[in-house]
Amino acid sequence: MGILEVQNVNKHFGGLHALNNVNLSVEEGSIHAIIGPNGAGKSTFLNCLIGKLKPDTGSVMFQGKAVLGRKPHQINQMGISRVFQTPEIFAELTVMENVIIPCLAHRDGAFRLNPFKNLEKDRDIHERAETILEDMGMKDKMDMHSGSLSRGDKRRLEMAMCLVQEPKLLLLDEPTAGMARADTNNTIDLLKHISETRGITMVIIEHDMHVVFSLSHKISVLAQGAIIAEDLPDKIKGHPKVREAYLGEAEV
Amino acid sequence: MKKRMNDKLLILIFSVVILAFPLILAPTGAAYPDLMQRFAIYGIFAIGFNILFGLTGYLSFGHAAFLGVGSYAAMWMFKLLTMNIFPALILSVLIAGIFSLLIGFISLRRSGIYFSILTLAFAQMSYNLAYSVLTPLTNGETGLQLRLDDPRVLDTVVDAGSLPSTNLFGLEMKHVFWNPEILGYNLQFNYGFYVCAALLILSFYISVKIFRSPFGMMLRAVKTNQTRLNYTGISTRPYTLAAFVISGMFAGLAGGLLATMDPLAGADRMQWTASGELVLMVVLGGSGTLIGPVLGAIFIRYFNSVLSQINEFTLHAWFSFGPEWMTNLLVSIVDPFVGEGWELTLGALFMLVVTFLPGGLVDGGQRVGRWITGANRRAAKAREA
Repeated sequence: MGILEVQNVNKHFGGLHALNNVNLSVEEGSIHAIIGPNGAGKSTFLNCLIGKLKPDTGSVMFQGKAVLGRKPHQINQMGISRVFQTPEIFAELTVMENVIIPCLAHRDGAFRLNPFKNLEKDRDIHERAETILEDMGMKDKMDMHSGSLSRGDKRRLEMAMCLVQEPKLLLLDEPTAGMARADTNNTIDLLKHISETRGITMVIIEHDMHVVFSLSHKISVLAQGAIIAEDLPDKIKGHPKVREAYLGEAEV
Repeated sequence: MKKRMNDKLLILIFSVVILAFPLILAPTGAAYPDLMQRFAIYGIFAIGFNILFGLTGYLSFGHAAFLGVGSYAAMWMFKLLTMNIFPALILSVLIAGIFSLLIGFISLRRSGIYFSILTLAFAQMSYNLAYSVLTPLTNGETGLQLRLDDPRVLDTVVDAGSLPSTNLFGLEMKHVFWNPEILGYNLQFNYGFYVCAALLILSFYISVKIFRSPFGMMLRAVKTNQTRLNYTGISTRPYTLAAFVISGMFAGLAGGLLATMDPLAGADRMQWTASGELVLMVVLGGSGTLIGPVLGAIFIRYFNSVLSQINEFTLHAWFSFGPEWMTNLLVSIVDPFVGEGWELTLGALFMLVVTFLPGGLVDGGQRVGRWITGANRRAAKAREA
């Protein structure tokens, strides 16, 4: 049994059957990619996993515990972090503060009333945050206003914000969207490095086939709300159903 | 880390300045006890509001309700228990806290403009209730006043002929304990101001603490990106509710202090204009800054007292230098902006500040500071060259 087990998830938007009996099993420590043409339901699926949307039917189990019905912050506290398609950061705060906040959430939980504690004297939190920023190569930018970072740096910051929480599962929504080739390759290396050194399970949604095939251990293909194939990357390339539904769009 | 003034030093300077108000304010003509007490009380009110609005960005238009509730609570203590302000202030803070918990719990289900409207609606409801259904508690239009036949179970009857005055363990609030003549100014040091000043300094200290705490950091995060905060494992509602209740308690304290100054509580304290004025104070001074709200509160209270005292006669005296028709013309132009119409001037000032100094008076001060240091640096460079 995998770390994440999705069973028979259905989601309707009015007459649109956005997710049709989706089943997915993600193995612990692996990088699992979900690909599919535009409008296939990839983002809808991801939103169901983090509690942003509630599926009509089906179950999502994470480490044997039900995910559905929990609030976003509770799902995060279970160990699931998400990187968004457009980086969601605290744009008015500094890079360091951006990392400190998730770090506090991870250590102190969803709510703690500590108005008389001095954050600056909290060495533990600052050390953790600095370590992550160093790992991500952003230590020199830690006092910068995060809103003024470049797009690529915002992504890296968001990644740092997720990693500082030591998540068990990292969900990535098109982590290389809108990036130049060189940046894309850097991101691939970074994700590989994270996966290898930290053993974090990743579910990644991606358009870029280059990224998908150089990263993932397993690929699921979503088309019109249904999983039409799930296999190792090499086998997916030659899968007839996949070619029919999807690969007509791009050479692989 | 960004360079910032040491917090201990900041609190020390703040305390010294506040405690020296009777001396510092003497040349401005604002150094009479009543006005200085108002400075301190509205400073507390604004500091509390800033913890909600300045940090989380939730704009409440109903905080005057908590001020009013604080005043009523204090008055009931004066009537039933004792004229000692200590229990009165405790009850003010408690009742305002409970009241803000209720209103906050419902209002915080929405954010942005809907939150503001909800708080405004609740405050207006409280105002109207105070005039109608709750008359037994609030004494309606007349307002809650002291009476000779109030029980005051803890106080011994000393003089049944006149109303007793508020005190803190025997120190009479209105009592001027020192009345020296310094540099030609007649200075008045009274207990009332120093009680308010001490509580203002305490409030400022609490506010600095909250700003520097993990709790304060979360409140700031609420303001910048609540979505991210939710997906970061933080339950935002308890944080915003805590901030709302804390600011409500500060408002209650301010309301209680107003009652200690002048033992009378009326529903007009809860009117929406009072809430609006609070927003003006914080925005004018600089919301989200530590010192800004206090500056804004003092600024508005000062202009209120100065401008509203000017009447047609004073204007005639000022403009009597020219021919009579000119005097009359000038007076008729300026008259709507002073006296009863001082809020017109306040409105104009507010527009100027918001347009040219979006960060409020603190922003203005920093700009001047930068300009001076910049000028110094340029001068130093010029000398080197």
